[in-house]
Amino acid sequence: MTQTLERATAPEPQEPRPRLRSKRVSRRRALTPYLLILPALATLAVVLLWPIVQMVWMSLHDYGLRQLQGQEAEWNGFAHYTAVLTDARFWEIFRNTIVVCLAMVVLTMILGTLVGILLHKLPNWASTILGLGLMLAWATPVISAAIVYRWLFDTRYGLVNTILAALPDWLVGSGWGEFNWFNSPSTLFPILIVTVVWQSFPFVAISVLAGLKSIPGELYEAARMDGAGAWKSFWSVTAPMLRPLFALLLVLQVIWDFRIFTQLFILAGGVTNREVALLPVYIYQLGFASTPPNYGMGSAIAVIMTVLVLAITAYYLRVMIRQGETR
Amino acid sequence: MNNVHRLRRAVGKVGLYTAALAVFVFAVFPVYWVLATALRPTGEIFTREPTLLPRTITFEHFERVLSGVLIPGTSFWSFLTNSLIVTLGSVTVAALLSLVAAIGVARYRFRLRSVFILLLLVIQMVPVEALIISLFVNFFHLGRTLDVELVNSLAGVFVVYVAVSLPITILMVRNFVNAVPKDLEEAAAIDGAGAWTIFWRILMPLVAPGLAAASIFAFITTWNEFVVAFTFLQNNTGAYTLPISLQYYFGAVSIEWGSIMAASTLLTVPVMIFFLLVQRRMVSGLTMGAVKG
Repeated sequence: MTQTLERATAPEPQEPRPRLRSKRVSRRRALTPYLLILPALATLAVVLLWPIVQMVWMSLHDYGLRQLQGQEAEWNGFAHYTAVLTDARFWEIFRNTIVVCLAMVVLTMILGTLVGILLHKLPNWASTILGLGLMLAWATPVISAAIVYRWLFDTRYGLVNTILAALPDWLVGSGWGEFNWFNSPSTLFPILIVTVVWQSFPFVAISVLAGLKSIPGELYEAARMDGAGAWKSFWSVTAPMLRPLFALLLVLQVIWDFRIFTQLFILAGGVTNREVALLPVYIYQLGFASTPPNYGMGSAIAVIMTVLVLAITAYYLRVMIRQGETR
Repeated sequence: MNNVHRLRRAVGKVGLYTAALAVFVFAVFPVYWVLATALRPTGEIFTREPTLLPRTITFEHFERVLSGVLIPGTSFWSFLTNSLIVTLGSVTVAALLSLVAAIGVARYRFRLRSVFILLLLVIQMVPVEALIISLFVNFFHLGRTLDVELVNSLAGVFVVYVAVSLPITILMVRNFVNAVPKDLEEAAAIDGAGAWTIFWRILMPLVAPGLAAASIFAFITTWNEFVVAFTFLQNNTGAYTLPISLQYYFGAVSIEWGSIMAASTLLTVPVMIFFLLVQRRMVSGLTMGAVKG
């Protein structure tokens, strides 16, 4: 019972006599924290936990428009899963999602780290100005970022095509004046990657800068005494010191980049283009953009996606638990 | 030898500043291009010879956005009002719920405490994009049962935003409550202060900055949210929020780039302001899962 005692108030004087009463008080105290978390817990349970259950349930049933209107849903075992896992289209989208996500994460991490080091090396005034610039890219709403990249790469009047058309043909080839970037995966995905990397590298850069600042200078001095150059001291001091930070940044980037929806929606001009889809958009297509909507199938893919995300997250959770965050 | 050394350092310095300039241009240029497009007359936007600086500055696109009608029965102001209602409302409710829950988690030891915190960490990781179908189906049924429209109204979006904001705000606020020394409260209790007085006079002043930071955090995410609003509000143009209204500038034939850039600027300004207010906490908040306030 001691673990349930309120720690915020002064300890009550130990009285042996009114045992009954103090027991009732302590029972009420034991309930207080539950009452305090109840509103939040109830909201989460109804709005997020229950839909997770429902998602799993729907993935195992035939669930479409008629079921939405109230007709009994029929259990179909793992038919959705077998259909998904034997569907060539699913695997193509799955592969694209992995490849695009990997490209985003790798580029973000490399660029972010290099810029973080750059920020650390620059004198204060320059570092502040560059930091503010990075902040602008980072703070831009996702939808605005997607829109401006769509505009920069616009077929007729986009700045990029104009510049490419103006450059000599022997350098960049010709035909840029009317080049459409958004129709095929091989040109749309690179723009998607640039859009996402542009917005996410500042966060990595500023985190790395914060990490670099926390490394004591004596470590570098000691490394220099031992005759280590810039390259050597990076690998023997910076890298090991920042390893936990890098691991965490990596996990966060993977999770964020895995769920990209808005940018692809804007760049591809909606969700109807079946040629260019990644997992989140595919879920949306099955659920809302197809006739008839196939909520069951969409849910099966959503379950697969959630399991993947949670598997990646397991590392993050382990770090959190180890840091004592759940205590 | 000394000269070689000096030359090397000079070259290194030039390289450093060149790199910094390149990164700066890469980061800032798209933001600049939004503004530059929004401020140009239409004739200057649709040209094969764009200039870096607008030749003439005009506010016509802003005027058109602010006074124009995108979809019959709506206006920029109705989208703005919807966005403000749903974000400020949901952030306020989430802040209240998380303050109460954070006190429960930080000040009491109870059996399901670790389970609750772990649940927050896990649920924060489940992507809304995966839940979107079941969120829709659930709110559809829930709305039918309660006889209120939840999927075609701001009410449903509002509730989702509250729930989505909760995990990170609880975890953030909890750290601020943890940081308030218990001796302070104990001393006040000995002086005869009641629970209510202790809450308002001691806990609140010290936790308020954290609560504000967490709220701004939640504000930025909900203000920008797209998927849930888009799914829930598709058939109710009157309830559109700003982010989903933007895609309606993409016409079937042509895109009104001037208007869309002006609208985009108006959407971005509040986020930029709030972002600057919490920028330091953004880094620590995100890397540590909003744990080290």
